[in-house]
Amino acid sequence: MTRVFGALWQHPSGRVGLFIIGLYLTLALLGVLGLTPHPALKQFMIDRLTGPSASYWMGTDLLGRDTMSRLMLGIGQSMLIAFASVAWATLAGTIIGLFAAWLGGLWDGVLMRLMDVLLAFPAILLALLIIAIVGPGTFTSVTAIAIVYTPIFARVVRGPALSLKQRDFVDAARTFGSSQRYILSRHLLLNLVAPLAVQVTLALAWALLTEAGLSFLGLGTQPPTPSLGLMLAESKNLMQQAPWLMIFPALTIMLGILGFNLTGDALRDILDPRTQRRTA
Amino acid sequence: MSYVVQRLLTFPLILLGVSVLVFVSIRLIPGDAITAMLGTEAGMMTPDQRAALAAYFGIDQPVWSQYSRWFLGLFQGDLGVSSIYAKPVLTVILERFPLTLQLSLMAMVIALGVGVPLGVLAATRNERPSDLVVRVLAMLGQSTPSFVIGVLIIYVLSVFFGMVPAMGTFTPITVDPWASLGQLFFPAVTLGFAFAASVTRISRSSMLDVLSDDYVRTARAKGASPMSVVWRHALPNALIPVVTLSGVEFGYLLGGAVIVEQIFALPGLGRLVLDAITQRDYALVQGTVLFVAFNFLVVNLLVDLAYVALDPRIRLGSR
Repeated sequence: MTRVFGALWQHPSGRVGLFIIGLYLTLALLGVLGLTPHPALKQFMIDRLTGPSASYWMGTDLLGRDTMSRLMLGIGQSMLIAFASVAWATLAGTIIGLFAAWLGGLWDGVLMRLMDVLLAFPAILLALLIIAIVGPGTFTSVTAIAIVYTPIFARVVRGPALSLKQRDFVDAARTFGSSQRYILSRHLLLNLVAPLAVQVTLALAWALLTEAGLSFLGLGTQPPTPSLGLMLAESKNLMQQAPWLMIFPALTIMLGILGFNLTGDALRDILDPRTQRRTA
Repeated sequence: MSYVVQRLLTFPLILLGVSVLVFVSIRLIPGDAITAMLGTEAGMMTPDQRAALAAYFGIDQPVWSQYSRWFLGLFQGDLGVSSIYAKPVLTVILERFPLTLQLSLMAMVIALGVGVPLGVLAATRNERPSDLVVRVLAMLGQSTPSFVIGVLIIYVLSVFFGMVPAMGTFTPITVDPWASLGQLFFPAVTLGFAFAASVTRISRSSMLDVLSDDYVRTARAKGASPMSVVWRHALPNALIPVVTLSGVEFGYLLGGAVIVEQIFALPGLGRLVLDAITQRDYALVQGTVLFVAFNFLVVNLLVDLAYVALDPRIRLGSR
């Protein structure tokens, strides 16, 4: 683990990526602890729509709320949804993929066709369908994004698990009398950590994007909780008078996704020697 | 042949699964359908009227018979009646679809037109400054969601050029091709932006792979010019991953149109889905989601089949 982190830090894009993720996690933590420059929900009516200044580094919105404080809380909200949804998707996808590969035959067919059905929907559409059922909100966003990405993890796990299953060391373990549980967790799962780590990092980038997209449409995080997508959507009508309301959320969303993308790419370079010189 | 046969056999199966999933999800929405349809007016109905309406929409039947009725209807192009438009769902969809299709196709043309040349350029200048610039730009592009690009485009156009991109209006391409292409240009750039970045990255890495192949070395050795080696010998093979990506991505473009149509206020399929969801028009949600998923599946099937035709190794099942 420390070896991988060391390698990531040595990797040019890995270092930038890790730095961005670290910065975002710090800002999110400060936001959660309430250590924002101003209370994020407080309306300073006198200072409505003021540009960036010493007091409001990123300006204020129509209701006089501090953009920077709201962005910090928004980052926290995005990170929470991204990490929670990807954690669920990883767990569910790994279990499904692992069992499909291990049990084979009919189980494999049924489980993977079910995953194909979920994959038949463009991600945002499947998420919208789930939101239509449950109604928008933080929990719905987590569920929707988790369901959207589960089949991808199932596929990522099933392929390598199928080939691992054929390897001699698995046969050997079985002849020793190792339990199925031991073989699955020790021999299969442990060897799947590398492809999973790459996929998890890239999925985090996608989850951030999807979350911001859903809240941009007004179907994600609900006000008054600040969310990056909604801040961007609300800035549209004010972009002439108050461009800072648009620029900062836009940059925050981009940079966050970039951080995870860079880290994911660097991880792939490090963990998969075949692609070492290929990826940008 | 086994791959093609298997693919063709599972296709209807997955379609069936998709239809069940869509149908069941709509039924999972809490509250009964009639209240959802009529809103507060539902409270003014007598139980008899309510029962009559339920019978009219067939929702007094058990779920499985509702499903079979709906499913059989699909084959006759009957997707039910939209409650907000008071028209058959299929009619509403077909009114909105041309815009989304044109938007997605334009986005794809833009993405491929920008991405492939940039990727090839970067690959032929591997590790030189121009390659690095392209790689950084592609990485940034891939990390920029369409709604960020869309809002930025509107901002730059309106603040620096004093023009407002055509919003809310759409001229069908059959009426006035130039006006139509012009209206959808910026939305298509918005939709195709991230896709262009991934095309750039894929064509770069696949071009690098191909350029180190033996047959490319042979072409160089026999004295073919560098230009002809890259464009005539290497490019066709390097494009195979791009074709696969494009197929998959096309489906996502259809889905991504939801956000872009919302930003530019375009009356396409994406906005239709969104309106249907926010206004709780369940027949319409059901119909549009199924329609998009169906298109997505068909495109993916076609891409797979085209891929098989291009690559004999898969056709013979030795993958």
